[in-house]
Amino acid sequence: MAKYLMLKHYRSTSKSLDCAPMDQWTPEEVSAHIQYMRDFGAKLTETGEFVDAQGVAQEGTWVRYDGEGRPPVTDGPFAETKDLIAGWMVIDVDSYERAVELAGELSAAPGPGGEPIREWLELRPVMSEPPTVRE
Amino acid sequence: MSPPVDEVLLRSVVPGVLGVLVRRGADFAAAEDAVQDALVEAVRAWPADPPRDPQAWLVTVAWRRFLDATRSEAARRRREEVVHEEPGPVSSADDTLQLYFLCAHPSLTPSSAVALTLRAVGGLTTRQIAAAYLVPEATMAQRISRAKRTVSGVRFDSAGDVATVLRVLYLVFNEGYSGDVDLAAEAIRLTRQLAAVVDHPEVAGLLALMLLHHARRAARVADDGSLVPLAQQDRGRWDTALIAEGVEVLQAALARDRLGEFQAQAAIAALHADARTAEETDWVQIVEWYDELLRLTDSPVVRLNRAVAVGEADGARAGLAALASVDASVPRRTAVQAYLHEKDGDLPTAARLYAEAAAKAPNAAERDHLTRQAARLNSG
Repeated sequence: MAKYLMLKHYRSTSKSLDCAPMDQWTPEEVSAHIQYMRDFGAKLTETGEFVDAQGVAQEGTWVRYDGEGRPPVTDGPFAETKDLIAGWMVIDVDSYERAVELAGELSAAPGPGGEPIREWLELRPVMSEPPTVRE
Repeated sequence: MSPPVDEVLLRSVVPGVLGVLVRRGADFAAAEDAVQDALVEAVRAWPADPPRDPQAWLVTVAWRRFLDATRSEAARRRREEVVHEEPGPVSSADDTLQLYFLCAHPSLTPSSAVALTLRAVGGLTTRQIAAAYLVPEATMAQRISRAKRTVSGVRFDSAGDVATVLRVLYLVFNEGYSGDVDLAAEAIRLTRQLAAVVDHPEVAGLLALMLLHHARRAARVADDGSLVPLAQQDRGRWDTALIAEGVEVLQAALARDRLGEFQAQAAIAALHADARTAEETDWVQIVEWYDELLRLTDSPVVRLNRAVAVGEADGARAGLAALASVDASVPRRTAVQAYLHEKDGDLPTAARLYAEAAAKAPNAAERDHLTRQAARLNSG
């Protein structure tokens, strides 16, 4: 049993797979995409593998300590919004292979024309508790 | 004020109660639900009105719940007739054992087997199990009900495999501590219960292993939550009563001359527990036990741990030579390599490997420990 974080990014790293932004899809395509995400979460709850899923807003603020009494810096040249994280899902699965399988399935969420958007998902193991025995 | 219900006592009778219901003809999933209902009722009713025989009380209430939940009047009458023929609960060791086998059935995934065991044999609530494994209650509820469906067709009297049960209990024990249930203590309780109903040296081996490791728990973690390596642990904080019990259980098992991997692991743990200081550790004998363990399992993890022991018994160079046969993909290999290089006096290599091992660490406590090791060498 191991937990994995699946990070959804705003863009695909391969230009050829990049599809149009969601606001240029048809409403039905948007609905189909969102429904796919919901169904995926519901399916994982049913299999006992769902832990958490959240989307995060595109807007964000950059904050850094800049000395006592000085305001945090909130602007500057940072990564573009489309590079940032769109949302995440945490799953609890029996093997790494299963985690890869589910990430692949999530990446197949439908986009324009009902075609899989094939977005890149970053799959990272969540830190666990140290085991009691390791002989 | 009434005393609170002894939850551990309450849970210890669960497998017996469930076993009686199933033997009377209730299907497993329905019986399990009925027993959970009865447990909730017990927590409510017992403080004011403690029963003389807790198991009999639970059987009666759970059976009534089961009948209430069964719609068919005809079926109800038939079942009630069966009850009249068989008054009172019969505490049956065989029923308890069958329940362990059922919950560890090979058709279940490891996580499902663990969840079902904790619920049906351990008597924990779904909420408690979900909290212990840090997943939502709805997820755990589904995991358990799927597991119940999976084993619903399994005959209750079919022979089970002790090794599968032990693997599940080992998984429970190895899980860290979170939520309001101490899973290590729960695993020990369930293994003790199993040891009482099955005659098998590896059950004793696993129990001894758990007791010996549990005995060192207070010394394993510093007050700030950081890991304390075995060599630096305050041995005054080891639980000597648990160690004595573990050694006794182990010796009785070894005397039967049917060695298995849990007995061998427990023997290694016992040799560590036996040393008053880290320097007094009998590494030569520990290497011999690792050789034994390797013959039994041929596991890469055992090969890795053996390399550590060889490094202590015969020097860092010998340890590194032993490490050469361990595949690079084995978790913690880099950490061991770093340790042996430091012991050999090659501090720059050790520092680099500690940092590399920290990046691969599977949990925060180990990552922080390895990062500190790298920092110590880099700043020295």
